[in-house]
Amino acid sequence: MVELDASGIHYRELNNNIKELIKKGHDKIKLVNVNGQRYIGSGFEGPVKINIEGTAGNDMAAFASGVEISVYGNVQDGIGNTMGEGVITVHGQAGDILGYAMRGGSIYIRDNVGYRVGIHMKGYRDKQPVIVVGGKAGDFLGEYMAGGYLVVLGLTGRPGEPIVGNHVGVGMHGGVMYIRGEVDGNQLGPEIDVSEIDESDRTRLVEILTPYCRRFKLNLNEILEGRFTRLKPFSSRPYGKLYAY
Amino acid sequence: MSGCAISGILNRKGHRFDGSDIIKSIALMHERSNGMGGGFAAYGIYPRHKDEYAFHMFYDDLEAKEDVEYFLNRHFSVSASEEIPTRKTKNITNAPIIWRYFVKPDIQKLRTSELNTDEYVVRCVMRINDEIQGAFVVSSGKNMGVFKGVGYPEDIGEFYRLDEYKAYLWTAHGRFPTNTPGWWGGAHPFTLLDWSIVHNGEISSYGANQRYIEMFGYKCTMMTDTEVITYLFDLLLRKHKLPLEIAVKALAAPLWDEIEKMDDKEQKLLKAVRLIYGNALLNGPFSIILGHKNGFLALNDRIKLRPLVVAEDQERIFVASEESAIREICPQPDTVWTPRGGEPVIALMEGGDEE
Repeated sequence: MVELDASGIHYRELNNNIKELIKKGHDKIKLVNVNGQRYIGSGFEGPVKINIEGTAGNDMAAFASGVEISVYGNVQDGIGNTMGEGVITVHGQAGDILGYAMRGGSIYIRDNVGYRVGIHMKGYRDKQPVIVVGGKAGDFLGEYMAGGYLVVLGLTGRPGEPIVGNHVGVGMHGGVMYIRGEVDGNQLGPEIDVSEIDESDRTRLVEILTPYCRRFKLNLNEILEGRFTRLKPFSSRPYGKLYAY
Repeated sequence: MSGCAISGILNRKGHRFDGSDIIKSIALMHERSNGMGGGFAAYGIYPRHKDEYAFHMFYDDLEAKEDVEYFLNRHFSVSASEEIPTRKTKNITNAPIIWRYFVKPDIQKLRTSELNTDEYVVRCVMRINDEIQGAFVVSSGKNMGVFKGVGYPEDIGEFYRLDEYKAYLWTAHGRFPTNTPGWWGGAHPFTLLDWSIVHNGEISSYGANQRYIEMFGYKCTMMTDTEVITYLFDLLLRKHKLPLEIAVKALAAPLWDEIEKMDDKEQKLLKAVRLIYGNALLNGPFSIILGHKNGFLALNDRIKLRPLVVAEDQERIFVASEESAIREICPQPDTVWTPRGGEPVIALMEGGDEE
């Protein structure tokens, strides 16, 4: 694995250096001393593995397709923005609008996430994006969500604080959220149907959580023992008749 | 790209430190600004003049300066008048005349005005800004000062030689103006007495807020929305003597449906605050740091449309638009967290450092 020291390097130079390495045939790159550099891996196409030590800046992996990024530290805002494919693993916490308009691939966060996570993420047939959050989530989780899977486990985070914030799934019209714990009705947007999980949900959760648990060395069975709540939109096209008189 | 950067550092023990850390922190978020404004507020920098009001001034020309000096000499006893030292800095051009004065209200005038000292100073600040062409009060607090202008914040810090000042609290702003002009007086922080505001966002309710605040004698003269936040805090905290926690509920009021979920006592209080201070409600996306002599308050709009991160180590508490801006100067803080929308972060000093 080839190593780049990011300390004091502007994001443009850093990304250019990474691209140079990829051009030379390197497919495993380690970045150390990253602190706030934006757009790392943005627009990159896989297959390439990038390991990051430090705090990754805004819009990491934006519009990326097929890049595998592991961050040993926290990430800031807008991670995985419109990402099409690939795997992001964060051994820490993430900021706001994580997975904004994400269309495919997986994002695994060990700790808490900020506001508007999964906003307008979407799925198409077999291409379904996945976000798994180990800790707790801020308000507007899955806002305008149109597809894919959002899972929140609540394993870390401030004690006593609810696992998800207010206005969950406002404007949601596709996809599924699984919350490990209770969600109060008044935390939810009006479009949301709340139910217990069934066998097919359980199978899907095993599928989604197996790689997650492997990454963070967690016990899958213990996690599955928790009670999951499923959130889905009542209708897939709530505004379909808005302009049909 | 995302507009505006803010950062703040408080040493809770009151130990003073120079401006290099805050410059490093705000400079890390260079991309959040566009060179049209940068500025700093520094608290504890004038211990030898700590009982006097420090007036930092911008003048467009010498006539404005003469007019203000005439005004100051009539209304105050002026113990010092000097140019604020600057150094030649690449990228910083078209600076106004930058001057500072250390003053105390003229005893005779103060007595006949029947105002308290702070109110007397506030009225004088409003008069200078409103009536004297080409003169702008940059700051008017005790033992504090604001250093701002057009440029990237790191260049502004260099220009004002902030490495030569020591403060226990620094706040900073990098500007990316969207709705209002980028000019020297329009850079952040905006101040009154020892309140200072740095702000990322915009105030959609500006018109309502401005009309409200002008009823109390404040005059909005800086051609930007942020100014009104400073005056609202001055009104709520100094004049109406609201506790900080309640003032915050007026400015970033919880949504009505959230109030409905609260217990009776809280509901009653918050409904009263919303009814009385409806026109003080700041609508729109914002994150702000309010600096004052005892520390700072950091606050997001209630649905958190702007970023804000807080961290602490043994002596210091940090706040910034991005986590990396804190880690740049404190790589391993004890805790790092993001406050919720409308959740105030109140950082106060434990004791003062008097040298």
